[in-house]
Amino acid sequence: MTPVKSKLGLSRAKIDKARELAAAVTAPVQQFIDRHTTVTIERATLRLLGADGANSDGVPVPNLIAQQCAEKLSGGASLYYVNALVKLGKTPAELNKAVAGGLDLSQIELTDRKAIQKKADELIKGLDGRIAGNVTHRNAKLRQYKDKVKSPLIYVIVATGNIYEDVKQAQAAALQGADIIAVIRTTAQSLLDYVPYGATTEGFGGTYATQENFRIMRAALDEVVDKEGRYIRLVNYCSGLCMPEIAAMGAMERLDMMLNDSMYGILFRDINMYRTFTDQYFSRMINTAADIIINTGEDNYLTTSDAVEKANTVLASQLINEQFAFKAGMPARLMGLGHAFEINPELKNGFLYEYAQALMAREIFPEHPLKYMPPTKFMTGDVFKGYAMNTLFNFVSKATGQGIHLLGMLTEAIHTPYLQDRHLAIENALYVHNAMEDFAGEIEFRKGGIMQKRAQLVLDETIELLGEVKRHGLFTAIETGMFAEIKRPRDGGKGLDGVYEKSPEYWNPAEAYLKRKLKIGK
Amino acid sequence: MFIKPYGDTSNDGAVQLSFTLPVKNCGRAKEAARLYVQKLGFQKVDVVHAAPLSEEFTFFVAYGKTDVALDYDKVEYAEAVDKYMSMDEVNDFIKTHFKRKIVIVGACSGTDAHTVGIDAIMNMKGYNHHFGLERYPMIEALNMGSQVPNERLLAKARELKADAVLVSQIVTQKDVHIKNLTELIELAEAEKMRGKTLLVVGGPRVNNKLAKELGYDAGFGPGTYAEHVATFVVKKLHERMIGKK
Repeated sequence: MTPVKSKLGLSRAKIDKARELAAAVTAPVQQFIDRHTTVTIERATLRLLGADGANSDGVPVPNLIAQQCAEKLSGGASLYYVNALVKLGKTPAELNKAVAGGLDLSQIELTDRKAIQKKADELIKGLDGRIAGNVTHRNAKLRQYKDKVKSPLIYVIVATGNIYEDVKQAQAAALQGADIIAVIRTTAQSLLDYVPYGATTEGFGGTYATQENFRIMRAALDEVVDKEGRYIRLVNYCSGLCMPEIAAMGAMERLDMMLNDSMYGILFRDINMYRTFTDQYFSRMINTAADIIINTGEDNYLTTSDAVEKANTVLASQLINEQFAFKAGMPARLMGLGHAFEINPELKNGFLYEYAQALMAREIFPEHPLKYMPPTKFMTGDVFKGYAMNTLFNFVSKATGQGIHLLGMLTEAIHTPYLQDRHLAIENALYVHNAMEDFAGEIEFRKGGIMQKRAQLVLDETIELLGEVKRHGLFTAIETGMFAEIKRPRDGGKGLDGVYEKSPEYWNPAEAYLKRKLKIGK
Repeated sequence: MFIKPYGDTSNDGAVQLSFTLPVKNCGRAKEAARLYVQKLGFQKVDVVHAAPLSEEFTFFVAYGKTDVALDYDKVEYAEAVDKYMSMDEVNDFIKTHFKRKIVIVGACSGTDAHTVGIDAIMNMKGYNHHFGLERYPMIEALNMGSQVPNERLLAKARELKADAVLVSQIVTQKDVHIKNLTELIELAEAEKMRGKTLLVVGGPRVNNKLAKELGYDAGFGPGTYAEHVATFVVKKLHERMIGKK
């Protein structure tokens, strides 16, 4: 829904100005990104070319190969993988087994580069077919069941730790009306520098993201798709130290959305900034190629800072995320920019501020499927009050045409959702959304009223903040705590040792393919 | 004094319940829900709502009345502190009694990635218009954030000669918080920090009783603000100081 004119009286010139500033903020970072690769980008590339499996200690094959390459990673790890396929005449499955058994690919003498390139072209063709097949399948189902598409899409979370329990809960939620199922990751997976292998049944506060778990959940949701005549989207977390590898796995297993933020890992997980910026770029190219909608994590700013005072950090981050995504070839329709309903419920007129902020996001990002997050920070053990807060949240989401609506749980502050918590949340949302279906088209706001003034103020403050970030540069801005009041030194955090400057002979057939497909750097 | 829940009459024992049974929604399922609530010890059970969650699960809302009564006089529970001081009072108390700053190190330790609890208590901004410990002029507060290994938390506390360590635990699935809190206590014991450095735990499923059972000096649950924790810390430190003299 593209608004014809701004109901909030936002100045077009100011919106353009904010966007220009965000572009200027991200440009120098992109120069760094373009010159670097990381250990997880190399492992993601290996995965895209067919590397999979793990050795008897559970070390994944892509990690084994990356370890063998060590400093040679600056030239690209896939050279050694593809070379071994050619020299040994093995299929990827056979080679993976050999690597898991101890074969060192870096010790195999390099064969003719033309033969390697030819083999890579063949592998890439297979990859492209697989990804295109997933996109075609999804689009066909979306078309077939298009009359069942809700606006906003209803998004719920499962988080049992056991993929088979997750399946039961996800299917139940989908049958009740959920359109999107996110499998929360186990706590601390974002800080693992590898992606575990196989189906998993143990986890805390969530379930390991593994390719096999992706496959299990995808199949379970596909069962519901045809039963219900509604496409059910699957979401996971393309974040942390293995961001690009998760993107690769998601592209291959037909995930539909990925949580994927350009700065979240730096600020909230203390991952090194060079690492995260480089990783987010590669992962976003993969997500774009697979037509996967990203969800950015601006809601997190509001759980650490005050939602009224720091509303401008949300808009600034949305604009930065947008610019980084554009640079990765991503169209606006795949950018689920995040924001949240986190104003203190005690605040007088808090609802008006929430409404203004959500509508402002909609007006500034008209084509983006905005991701709207429910109250969490002020949820308490009073489940009844929490349910009332979620009702107002559901109202604002519908009234402002949000795209992706993460349902609030009445037990948010207590435990991971019970089966019935999701049911109650879905009932609430379906009731509110249906009862006010055409509300947005019926309402306008008083010129110079509380809501208009609020949105204009946030936009002004965003321009101010982005101007300051531009003056200091994004790296320094993060070092000095300009986002979320969290300071992260540029050489601190986890994962910096996995960042490599690309050597002049750097070779990465997956990157070349992605850039070609997405028309980047032309 | 014996007490029972109050619905709309004294001692009617009325309780509201909601739960899910792993059966398909039908008349028999509803009757099963009624019998189940009866088996829990409730009488005059009314299943007022039943809704299918899927082919194999049904959600119920039920009301029942209980005969069970409890002697309130025999209930024992001690809050960490009887009377809380405000931020300014805490500062004055420190100035008067310690003549130095109190050092407090905090973290959400173990694998738990949630900073919301420790941030609410420690960050400058605080929570719900209650300033955090970083704002207290007479408190040197360091918030180490989340996913901090217990070893590192204690090492930092030793390095800064902390008077108190605050540990937050949000994720409680499969009692992971109990395991982690036990590990921290054992480490503190091994490092001979127990009894010297105050060990305080907070979280949505924590209270003072649980904390004491686990060997902590105090525990704080939902609804806690920085001044509650600060009051406990300074009063307890003061108690120990004059006790030693």
